[in-house]
Amino acid sequence: MVGAALVVLPLVAIVARVDWAHFVPLITSESSLAALSLGLRTSLAATALCVLLGVPLALTLARTSFRGQRILRALVLLPLVLPPVVGGLALLYTFGRRGMLGAPLRELGVDIAFSPTAVVLAQTFVAMPFLVVSLEGALRTVGTRYEAVGATLGARPTTVLRRVTLPLVLPALVSGAVLSFARALGEFGATLTFAGSLQGTTRTLPLEIYLQRETDPDAAVALSLVLVVVAVVIVAVTYRGRGSLMGRTG
Amino acid sequence: MNVRLPAAAALIALGLTACSGPAAPAPVGDALSGTIVVYAAASLTATFTTLAADFEADHPGTTVTLNFAGSSDLATQITEGAPADVFATADKKNMAKVTGAGLAAGTPMDFATNTLEIAVPPDNPAGVTSLADLASAGVTTVVCAPQVPCGAATAAVMATAGLSLTPASEESSVTDVLGKITSGEADAGLVYVTDVRTAGDAVLGIEFPESSSAVNTYPIVAVTDGALAAAFVEYATGSAARDVLAAAGFGAP
Repeated sequence: MVGAALVVLPLVAIVARVDWAHFVPLITSESSLAALSLGLRTSLAATALCVLLGVPLALTLARTSFRGQRILRALVLLPLVLPPVVGGLALLYTFGRRGMLGAPLRELGVDIAFSPTAVVLAQTFVAMPFLVVSLEGALRTVGTRYEAVGATLGARPTTVLRRVTLPLVLPALVSGAVLSFARALGEFGATLTFAGSLQGTTRTLPLEIYLQRETDPDAAVALSLVLVVVAVVIVAVTYRGRGSLMGRTG
Repeated sequence: MNVRLPAAAALIALGLTACSGPAAPAPVGDALSGTIVVYAAASLTATFTTLAADFEADHPGTTVTLNFAGSSDLATQITEGAPADVFATADKKNMAKVTGAGLAAGTPMDFATNTLEIAVPPDNPAGVTSLADLASAGVTTVVCAPQVPCGAATAAVMATAGLSLTPASEESSVTDVLGKITSGEADAGLVYVTDVRTAGDAVLGIEFPESSSAVNTYPIVAVTDGALAAAFVEYATGSAARDVLAAAGFGAP
C-alpha cells in the first residue's frame, strides 16, 4: 500500500496544483499546441519505426537460436534501464555532426542535427524495447505448434508468418506499439541532449514543460496533466482484461 | 517491503533534518559554529565551492552545505519550503520570487556580474568572428530560450546589435548550449564568459562589444535569521570573495 501511495500521491498533488480557470488557454497556447502537434507526429513516426524494426528483431530473438543471442537480447533491452541522457549522448556520438554515422551522412548532404528526424531517432531508441519485449514474450508463449501445423499443410514460411504467427500475437504487437508510442511521447532526456529544443521543430511536450516551468509554472502543470491523462488512458487501454502489460497474448 | 519502506523513509527524514538543522545557534561573541545550507545558481558551482571551503577554514566549527541548480529551480524549491539558509541567484528575477514570497531575512546584495560571450568549437569551423556572423545563413547557432536568464540576455544583445537570429535550437540552460558547442553539433552559441573559462580548451571564446548591453547581476540574501547565514552573506560580498569570483571571470557589481 505504501508503494501504491508513492505512485498515486504525486499524481494527486499535481492535479491539485492545476489552475483550472486558465487550464484551456494554457494548454491551447501557440507554443503548447506546437509542442503537442510535434510530439504526436514524431511519436507516431517513432512507433512506426519501432514496429518496422522491432518485429523482425522479436522474431529473430524468439524463433531462432544463435551464439550471442542472450547478449543481443540484453543489448536490445538496454535502453529500458539506461538513463535517457546517456542514450542521448550515445546518439549524439553516432548521428551527430561529428558522429560515427553522422559525419559520413553529412558528406552526403544528410544533416540530422536539430531536426525532427533527430527527435524520432531518440524516441525510437528509448521506445523500441517495449515492443520487442512485448512481442518476443507473446511469440514464446504461443509456441511453434500452430506454425508447425501450417507448415505441414504446405504453407510457405512467409504465409505461416502472415496467416498464423502474426494473427496469434497481434494483441501483443498492438499493446507493444501503444506502449512504445507512450514512451516516445514522454521522451525527454535523449531528445534534449541529442535533438535540441526549438518550437515546432524539436521541442516536444516534455521539453516545453521543462522550459515553461522557468517562467510559467501554471502552464507547466497544465501540460503535465495532459501527459498524465494520456499516460493513464494508454495504460488503461493496454492493461484492460489482461494479466500483464507485457509478454501475454491476451 | 511494507516493513522496510517506512524505516527507510524515516532514515531519509532523519538525514534531511540533520542537514537542514538549526540555521545557527545564538552567537557567542565572535565565535561562529553550526551548519548552514547555501542554495546557489549552477554557474556559481566552482566559485562557491571555493568560497565555502575558505569560509569553513576561517571559522572552524562551521559547515557550509551547498546545493547547486538553475536559479529558477532553486527559487521554486525555496518557495515550496526547502531548508535553505542562504540563496544566491544568477538574476534578479528569481531572487524576487523568494523575496516577494516574504522568505528572505534581509535585503539582497549584488555580489557579481556576468556577461555573454560567443563560444565556438576550438577549430571554429564556421569562421565566426563577430556577433553578426551568428545571424548569417551558413552558421548553425544555438542559444538559450528567452524564458531563461541567458536567453533574455541573448535577446537583449541581439536587439542592441539590430540583428535577428534564427537559431537551430533554443536550449533550456546555458549548459545545454555549451554541450552543443563542445560536441561540435553547433558552429556557435552564446554563453556566459564564466562558462567559457570553465570549459577550458573544449571551446573557444570570442568577446563582442554588444555584450555590455546585457549584464546579468547576481544577488545573494540570507533566507533564515542567524549569525552564520549573515556572516556567509557578508563573506560572499566581501573583497576575498571578489578575488575568487574575478578569477572565474565574474565582474564586479
